[in-house]
Amino acid sequence: MRAGAGALAAYRALLGAQARAQTAYRTSFLVDLVGNVGFTVFDVVTVLVVFGVTRELGGFTLRETMVIVGISTGAFALADLLVGNIERLPRYVRTGLFDAVLLRPLGTLPQLLLMDLPLRKVSRAVFGLAVLVVAVGSAGIQWTAARVLLVVLAPLAAVVFFGSVFVATATVSFFWVDSGELANSVTYGGRDFTTYPITVYDGWFRALFAYGLGFAFVGYHPALALLGRGDPLGLPGWVGWAAPGVALVAAAIAAAAWRVGVRHYRSTGS
Amino acid sequence: MSVIEARALRKEFTVRVRAGRLRREKRLVTAVDGIDLRIERGELLGYIGPNGAGKSTTLKMLTGVLTPSAGEVRVCGLRPVAQRTRLALRVGVVFGQRSQLWWDLPLRDSFDLLRHVYRVPPGEHAARLRRCRHLLDLDAFLDVPVRQLSLGQRMRGELTAALLHGPEVLFLDEPTIGLDVVSRQAVRGFLAELGQAGDTTLVLTTHDLADIERLCRRLVVIDHGRVVHDGSIAALHERYGSRRLVVADLDAPVPEPPVLPGASLHRVENDGHRLVFALESARVAEVVAGLAGLGALRDVSVLEPDIEDVVARLYRRKRQGCSITSTAKVPGASAS
Repeated sequence: MRAGAGALAAYRALLGAQARAQTAYRTSFLVDLVGNVGFTVFDVVTVLVVFGVTRELGGFTLRETMVIVGISTGAFALADLLVGNIERLPRYVRTGLFDAVLLRPLGTLPQLLLMDLPLRKVSRAVFGLAVLVVAVGSAGIQWTAARVLLVVLAPLAAVVFFGSVFVATATVSFFWVDSGELANSVTYGGRDFTTYPITVYDGWFRALFAYGLGFAFVGYHPALALLGRGDPLGLPGWVGWAAPGVALVAAAIAAAAWRVGVRHYRSTGS
Repeated sequence: MSVIEARALRKEFTVRVRAGRLRREKRLVTAVDGIDLRIERGELLGYIGPNGAGKSTTLKMLTGVLTPSAGEVRVCGLRPVAQRTRLALRVGVVFGQRSQLWWDLPLRDSFDLLRHVYRVPPGEHAARLRRCRHLLDLDAFLDVPVRQLSLGQRMRGELTAALLHGPEVLFLDEPTIGLDVVSRQAVRGFLAELGQAGDTTLVLTTHDLADIERLCRRLVVIDHGRVVHDGSIAALHERYGSRRLVVADLDAPVPEPPVLPGASLHRVENDGHRLVFALESARVAEVVAGLAGLGALRDVSVLEPDIEDVVARLYRRKRQGCSITSTAKVPGASAS
């Protein structure tokens, strides 16, 4: 890539401008930063409340469940920080901002992500990762070299996976401008699904989200591998290592969907 | 080689229209219906047509924003959609109703960002910016956030933004829309100067025909997605019989306006003291001779045709000529 270094400098400049614009009002930025932790704390508290009334959830103890919660929450918060604002795509399409993006000599997706990187969500990602560290540290995992590798790899794969879901669902708005609700139901539904052991779900719903859309490979199976537990649902142990592969497939699908979507972009008005 | 080449360029959109309470019908709307265009380096081309004629759609296909439904396009020898980022480095675009600037940042910062985005060497960037600052009078508002600029100021900023990377082709979609007289003059003067330098190709859509008369030697008129005229402004007058007007001032109104062969009475002014004839086939001398017979003739003058008038008549003629051939039902369209 001849233009690679130049493009990188360009992206860095875009990011810098974004940071300056967002932190221009310091107080309001700080308030946003603190306020944004709220949602993620709420997700974790919900799990703790559930364990207040039951000792096990789908056959998993609190400490075990928290490993799943940690991977899911930490990865989702990081993906949301990096890619989450692609949810605004319908607005970009409607207001014609996407035209401006297409007229610049840079990739469309990186431009959009950098132009609107929500720095106030940094607090959420930090909190999510803290939950992951605490959960993994207190779950009594018997550490082997393989598990150390997995505890790094699995959350990263989950970030890629959630990011891909954000992008893939957002592309629907290239075809159908008012598609926000559908996108949200998959993205946030998938996140909530991933926060609990999949044994608590049942039937077609579990089949669809766990294996059809692949959410089980993101948090649940890697957690089993870390904890050294067998799958109550009977899948072999190596599935715990499938996350990076699944994430790459998801990323490839998201990239293809994005490309097709951009070709279908219809612009608006004059 | 031509800097822009389009062959049989088409763009169709499917739109859903209400057809009853719940049923929706899919319709195929042809926005651009087979346009051939060849623009040479350094040309100044006016691209005009009524609202919805397909002007913006064409420009968006030439710049890689929209994917053509059919046909071939080359701009600077590149395929706009497939080679979008390479093309973006070589063309500049000003869409009157879209902004290339960063809303919350001072104009100066937007320019600096664009230097990185387009990877322009600092020296070149500074030289071009200096020239634009001078010609477009930017200094007064260079440190004002873009969202606080007036429309005229913003448009001058947009022009600068589109030129900082030294594009070979500059596309302008209604660059003077909504501007006050002073800003409009400033923009026009700037573009005229740019055009005279001769190394930038200008493609300009506008509703303001004064832009065209001032700037463009070549005019392409489109309607219903098709080219209905391609040539000089003079050729347009000739082809669509723009009429020169003969104005006759009389000492006293005549009770019955004379019938002159080859000319028609265009209008009567000043309570009949002034008769205006439009030349159809007659020559000026013949009409003057005919008027001389009225006896009370005080003065005669000839008015050259007005482009606005020609284009208005051209649009009207086209509209009567072709019905809505551009909409067709899609077979198998479903209700939703």
